[in-house]
Amino acid sequence: MSDASTSAKGDLQLKNITKTYGDFNAVDDLTLTIPEGSFFALLGPSGCGKTTTLRMIAGLDEPTTGSIYIGSTDITYEKPYRRPVNTVFQNYALFPHLTIFENVAFGLRRRGIKDVKEQVDKVLQLVELPHLAERKPTQLSGGQQQRIAVARAIVNRPALLLLDEPLGALDLKLRRQMQIELKWIQTEVGLTFVHVTHDQEEAMTMADTIAVMNEGRIEQMGTPADLYDNPKTAFVANFLGQSNLIQGTVVDTEGENLVVDLFGQKVRVQKNRSVAKDSSVLFGIRPEKIRIQADSHTQSGCVLEGGTISDVSYIGVSTQYQVEMPWGQELMVFEQNDDGIPPLDKGDRVKLSWEPIFSFALNGHEDATAGSEVNPEEE
Amino acid sequence: MAAITSKRGPSLNPLDSLKNKVGLPYLLLLPGMFWLLLFFLAPILTLVSTSTKVPGAGIGEFIQVHRWANYWDALSAMHTQFIRSFIYATLATLLALAIAYPLAYAIAFKSGKWKNVLLVLVVAPFFCSFILRTLAWRQILAQDGFLFKILQFFHLVNSSTQLTASTLAVITGLSYNFLPFMTLPLYASLERIDPRTMEAAGDLYANGFTTFRKVTVPLSMPGVVAGTLLTWIPAAGDFVNAQILGNPNTTMIGNVINAQYLQTTNYPLAATLSFILMLAILAIVLVYIRRAGTEELV
Repeated sequence: MSDASTSAKGDLQLKNITKTYGDFNAVDDLTLTIPEGSFFALLGPSGCGKTTTLRMIAGLDEPTTGSIYIGSTDITYEKPYRRPVNTVFQNYALFPHLTIFENVAFGLRRRGIKDVKEQVDKVLQLVELPHLAERKPTQLSGGQQQRIAVARAIVNRPALLLLDEPLGALDLKLRRQMQIELKWIQTEVGLTFVHVTHDQEEAMTMADTIAVMNEGRIEQMGTPADLYDNPKTAFVANFLGQSNLIQGTVVDTEGENLVVDLFGQKVRVQKNRSVAKDSSVLFGIRPEKIRIQADSHTQSGCVLEGGTISDVSYIGVSTQYQVEMPWGQELMVFEQNDDGIPPLDKGDRVKLSWEPIFSFALNGHEDATAGSEVNPEEE
Repeated sequence: MAAITSKRGPSLNPLDSLKNKVGLPYLLLLPGMFWLLLFFLAPILTLVSTSTKVPGAGIGEFIQVHRWANYWDALSAMHTQFIRSFIYATLATLLALAIAYPLAYAIAFKSGKWKNVLLVLVVAPFFCSFILRTLAWRQILAQDGFLFKILQFFHLVNSSTQLTASTLAVITGLSYNFLPFMTLPLYASLERIDPRTMEAAGDLYANGFTTFRKVTVPLSMPGVVAGTLLTWIPAAGDFVNAQILGNPNTTMIGNVINAQYLQTTNYPLAATLSFILMLAILAIVLVYIRRAGTEELV
């Protein structure tokens, strides 16, 4: 099987992909290019269409309209077994009747590769489990099964490796370790990895590029740092980490800055960090960028006055405050416990301040809570 | 310890003392043990004891002389019927497997909302008597039946062909009667297969047929073994199908045993044959299970 489609190489391109179930658009006119050799993450809450997208790339589902290319080869309607694509399934889907060696050798044997033993041994070395070759999958721990699932896929050297929530079944500690290991394996073998997850931390740790998906569309795409620092929609601002989004109005321009009125108090935001279309904005600031101090202090940068602490949670590395503002909104503040000053108390009157470069402005007609209410752990 | 006992006082419940003496697990085993003793061990011992008797002076009178040569005599007289029974049972089992596997596969993976309806339909024949259904086959296969007319239309049979009272009729009858016993275990083991393992096989360059051969079939082996045993064992000892759908040349060992008990009333011969049949089935099943190697599966 060395025909055009199985040996296709190059960037993965999705062109205007739509997948419809009844009158529900699981994936809605999705266009996307994933560069060869990158570690790409599709991030979104359950039901956002990310797994459907993955299954269409793998050939397990067909798009209703649109096409999929690897390099210049159209693979939209190619059978899964004729694509240069391998998948690490959510629950691994190892073959329970075969040994670990035969599980890993499965793809090689189907393609009639000669040096099966050599290649399987090599990939088992890579995932550091050569001593388990003769065991059955049920005799392995979750973490070991996960690594075998990766080995079974990458041994085939596909143009594209798809990972469907690969770490979802592991506990937190193991998940952290596997994140680093997967990233290392990807660098080692140099394949294109497409990783589907609802876990923003997982996506940010591993991926070079993240596409945040919501309701079958891509909300925003970029590097983890770019998405975190410059969210373009309320959904991205809330889904990746946490954000304080405050309804405001642009009232003036000062050089490179816009002056925004937030319920009577004036703050600044850089023009190039605003995606607002008119004077109505959602003014955004991340909780860890805010300094919190007692009302009597004088502060630099942007300042919001008149807050009252309504809740304090001490969590070791930081203290999380909920601050009720004069207009009734609760803002989140994360304060590093690095200054030796004891935390403020519930009921204290406080001022909030931050450097203007950290703030951003979104389209004011958006729903400020989009993406914050979805429970990302829900499956 | 003494203080505690005195506080509780003497036990009034007789079950309590029994529980303490022999333990609850043994108590729970008791009814089952009793059942096996009464309805399995006792009949077997009676059977063995009858098998070594010889006819006495009067009719229906037998004397215990521990004549083990009875076994050799029975085997040399009836080996044809034994071999025929095992061949018929094997062919019927293979036919049932060929029909039941696609059926069970369709119910497990392709039936959608019809799954429960189809499962009820598989079991539905049990609502009608075994004998009655076998008699119905005689009607279906008869020369004036519609099946014969259809086959005649396509020139597959002519007026001299006899579909009833034939080897074919006996074997298909056996297949038909034990089909649910084949289908249900097959369905149960197919249904348990994670469909993602089949997707994974497709993802790993196996086409539909290879996926079936390398993943689906091996993973359904427990069902195949259970189904073939549940079909083959009763088919090997069956006499109803051969009696209703067969002719004198299709006599199975079950028919011989039936006749020896109820018509000839040669109890020692009937007992000897029964015991040989039981041992033979046991031996064949043991070899089969070992060869199938199901203990390694899952």
